[in-house]
Amino acid sequence: MSIAAQRDISEPANIGWEQKKRKLLPYGYLSPTLLLLAALTVIPIGTVFLYSLVDNVIVNPNPPVFVGLENYEEVLTNRKFRGALSNTLYFSIVSVVVHFIIGLSFALLLNSRLLSANVKAVFRVIYILPWVFTASIIAILWRLLLNPHGVVNFMLLELGIIPELNEWLSDRKLALNAVTFINIWSGYPFYMVSFLAGLQGIPDDLYESGRVDGGNAWQLFRHITLPQLRPIIISLALLDFIWTIHQFTLIWMTTGGGPLRSTEVLSTYTYKAAFSSHEYSIASTIAMVILAICTFVAIFYVRSQRMTDE
Amino acid sequence: MIGSRRQILFRKALLWIALILGACFAGLPVVWMVSSSFKSNLEIFAYPPALIDYSFSFDAYLAVLGDPGQLRFFFNSYLVAILVTICTVVTSILAGYSFSRYDFRFKKVLNLIIIGVQSVPPITLMIPYFGLIVWLGIYNSYTALVLTYMVFTLSYAIIMMTGYFNTLPRDLDEAVMIDGGGSFVTLWRILVPISLPGIVAVGVYTFMLAWNEFLFALTLTRTNDMRTVPIGIHLLMGQHSFEWNQMLALSVLGSLPVLILFLLFQRYFIAGMSAGSVKG
Repeated sequence: MSIAAQRDISEPANIGWEQKKRKLLPYGYLSPTLLLLAALTVIPIGTVFLYSLVDNVIVNPNPPVFVGLENYEEVLTNRKFRGALSNTLYFSIVSVVVHFIIGLSFALLLNSRLLSANVKAVFRVIYILPWVFTASIIAILWRLLLNPHGVVNFMLLELGIIPELNEWLSDRKLALNAVTFINIWSGYPFYMVSFLAGLQGIPDDLYESGRVDGGNAWQLFRHITLPQLRPIIISLALLDFIWTIHQFTLIWMTTGGGPLRSTEVLSTYTYKAAFSSHEYSIASTIAMVILAICTFVAIFYVRSQRMTDE
Repeated sequence: MIGSRRQILFRKALLWIALILGACFAGLPVVWMVSSSFKSNLEIFAYPPALIDYSFSFDAYLAVLGDPGQLRFFFNSYLVAILVTICTVVTSILAGYSFSRYDFRFKKVLNLIIIGVQSVPPITLMIPYFGLIVWLGIYNSYTALVLTYMVFTLSYAIIMMTGYFNTLPRDLDEAVMIDGGGSFVTLWRILVPISLPGIVAVGVYTFMLAWNEFLFALTLTRTNDMRTVPIGIHLLMGQHSFEWNQMLALSVLGSLPVLILFLLFQRYFIAGMSAGSVKG
């Protein structure tokens, strides 16, 4: 029996007011959040959607004209857009898969029982290092390393792995893989940390009984570790996929989408459409397409979160 | 299943090889960045490359620290990140309290919206923000940056605060209520003080996100005296002569605040990361 209810009985005159207050109180606490989200998320998304349905917005001297879905038709049939879309998907899918592999490998290494706690702590800090740096600094760092006269080319040449100096970031054939590699380097620690937490949560008994049943290391990994990590794997991969789809800074600061649009992704394409060509309607349309893709993935994310909560 | 001594030794050797290879992958690029920042601009791409060469000096750092324009980037970054952190922490405490302690009609929907906001691409919001911020008359101001950054720091902060409050027993609040304290008193006198670890985790994480933000800082500021560190680096890159060593020195200095926070509050960072919400 709650205190408030007792008070209500003793002061019948105030029942209406007290109840109303209790009902409104949670909204009161939420009001700053709701205000901010309404002003800076809901209304802007509505605005972008409106922009995507009209022509001549913002800078054009002619009055805006409602064109329905024409902009979408124009965007979706555009070759540049399709190029950017396929680059984005390649960049995101490869990133997510390799993030997962590296993140899990490092987590397993750091979780080994053969290492002392101090050794683990030191290597954990080293392995998380890439995650501490912001995207623009990671861009500088890799432009330094991948420079044609940089240290990566020098080492690969000396080791005989490549026959000549590569222009990693300005060769049309290499650039997309190069930026994907950079994104892999900067993003795996997030997985590693989550997997470490997940591995520590797997009860030892499971492994004990697995060993009693005669399982070898690989079988234990396949039938105990992976299934136990499954919920983490799913939500990490979905979340990472969403973030990678809207990655902007890293590509903007390494290649700017070039050379010859070979690393153009949806976000750099949108940015150029808005701030270089001032085609705000087209930019808004692409922005809506990105939002649609992210929302689609997010639905699965929310579902997977719910399943782990229950 | 305990192997012989030799087997264990062999396994240990393999493990160490893998560990060190991994450390090279993660750490060497960073070591190279730091060492290059001490070289002269001519020696950055010298052949053959050396980790430390004769041109070792602090010149690049002195150049950055002696330039009021570049120091201004740091001032702006600190100011904005601290303001965002304070506003986010206060707002998320209020919201987290509401989600954790009350049942109300739109609770589920609102919770869903807050989780969903994390997946809204910044680039989608950027176009309307530009118009909105100009219309509000706060283009090229700290207010614009603080408000827009909060859209992305707030949702994960609320999720974390709600989770933290949920771990605290409700008996605590009821005891205060019996003594005649209102819900607001309960929150500030009882819940906030014992939630300090959770609040620090939210704060540290928020600071990092704000310190690293790029897109909004790029589009919502115009003059150099309003630029933050990431944009400062971008500006240096756009200049005709590439001052590599200065750019790298600025990068190293720009990474220090987050690096120090990370080393001091590692535990909280990791809590934030594995809360499954936001990365920079």
